[in-house]
Amino acid sequence: MSAIIEVKDLCHTYSAGTPFEHVAVDHISFSVEKGEFLGLIGHTGSGKSTLIQHLNGLLQPTGGDILLGGESIWKDKQTTRAARFRAGLVFQYPEYQLFEETVFKDIAFGPKNMGLSEAEIRERVLRAIGFVGLDEAVLEKSPFDLSGGQKRRVAIAGVIAMEPEIIIFDEPTAGLDPAGCASLLENIRAYQKATQATVLMVSHSMDDVAVLADRLLVLNHGRVEMLGTPNEVFQNATRLTEIGLAVPQITALFLRLQELGIPVDPATYTVSDAMRQLLLLKGGKADA
Amino acid sequence: MLKDITLGQYFPGDTVIHRLDPRTKLLMVIVYIVALFLCKWFVSYGVALAFLATVIILSKIRLKALFKGLKPLLIIILFTAVLNIFYTDGTVLVEFWIFRITREGLINAFFLVLRIMLLVMGTFLMTYTTSPIALTDGLESLLSPLKKLRFPVHELAMMMSIALRFIPTLIEETDKIISAQKARGADFETGNIFRRAKALIPILVPLFVSAFRRADELATAMECRCYHGGKGRTKLKQLRYRRRDVLSLLLGAVLLGGIITLRHFGL
Repeated sequence: MSAIIEVKDLCHTYSAGTPFEHVAVDHISFSVEKGEFLGLIGHTGSGKSTLIQHLNGLLQPTGGDILLGGESIWKDKQTTRAARFRAGLVFQYPEYQLFEETVFKDIAFGPKNMGLSEAEIRERVLRAIGFVGLDEAVLEKSPFDLSGGQKRRVAIAGVIAMEPEIIIFDEPTAGLDPAGCASLLENIRAYQKATQATVLMVSHSMDDVAVLADRLLVLNHGRVEMLGTPNEVFQNATRLTEIGLAVPQITALFLRLQELGIPVDPATYTVSDAMRQLLLLKGGKADA
Repeated sequence: MLKDITLGQYFPGDTVIHRLDPRTKLLMVIVYIVALFLCKWFVSYGVALAFLATVIILSKIRLKALFKGLKPLLIIILFTAVLNIFYTDGTVLVEFWIFRITREGLINAFFLVLRIMLLVMGTFLMTYTTSPIALTDGLESLLSPLKKLRFPVHELAMMMSIALRFIPTLIEETDKIISAQKARGADFETGNIFRRAKALIPILVPLFVSAFRRADELATAMECRCYHGGKGRTKLKQLRYRRRDVLSLLLGAVLLGGIITLRHFGL
């Protein structure tokens, strides 16, 4: 395993030298392993969005560097442009960026910009809609005739079709109904399994990231507050609440149980693990 | 890049000029512009300049901000100056090939440049010291006599304030869309003019779609709050002329009268 993304002492200050100066990212360093699923959490204004826009070179750091596969993305113009395709970024509410006459053309926009052949583009578009769970029948429709959830899937397919090594999602489930959320997250998980891509996901929902992510990165006021496996991070449940974040509901329940003197692991965050522990306590079978 | 647009930017402050009634400021700008066009010779221009300088000092607006507003007009100013230098008849100073520079031409060009600069700086001073909302309020109040002629004054003012209100929102939205399309490899910087124009489609289409969506939502929200035009509508901030407004208007009258008198004497 080698680090695919290395963030080195990254700083970003908006409107430097004016009265509106604002430090959004303040000396952040971390690295992401190839094939890892990293969850990014932090309250509003903690610098998440600024951070992820650095990973594909949309924002130029005011200090520090970003390395993709061991190479600085700011080495020269070509490398910066290539970074856009190596790290695909799905913005919040991506459906607002749809513009083409047909779904097919919209999804093909990214691959077309990469200069791929027609046949290759067609193949990629078909693969991409498969990953996001859309039917081929939508391809010739106008994206503006689709439902909100379908639009979101089309927009995500537009980034997936570039087949980036790294894919970054900024709150992919914001504004979707619970069923839509669950199925979209399932699509993302399946996509990662199938392509071995590295995935970064920004989310407000602890319950969502806890189950999906290998590691969690907690940001607070532009700095790294915690970085570790969900289990490690949720050990510090009190600190998380202090900086305005919630723990998953199951973790909250287990914390309470521990407070009541019941011997459980307070960093429990999945239903199956919770069930195993409770059954053990009752003296039942551990593998139920 | 998009954030540098200073069109009608308002610098909040608490000076006499800021506190003047927006109607007073609008009237003063009109008087000032008329006076500028009546200026004939150095003396009257000097009076107009002195007036502007006083207002600038009172408003505490930095000269840098005012000159920044002049920048986009530099080409127009230079163009008119050059035209005037070469196309005015009179006493010839220099002559070469088909060009001829006259004394009158130089003076005309100087006055014209001065007039444009004073004009632009004066109007900018108004937008710098008056919030857009106050400005449209003042405009509505000044134009209200036209209501008798069935002219939709209130509706016009409302449209103006909505347009002004949405400029920052749309700028932010455009920034977001540009980032999103760049993330998909859109290239806005290379290629000839046709390619660049075509590259704008992925920005303009989503921008229009969202502008229409916003307009629709805004209309619904306004209807939910029982908005039905200007009839019988009261205002939170009532405009009222105070002593300083009366004084300013008197000063404006004196300025105009003075310039007309100076013009009469050819000064």
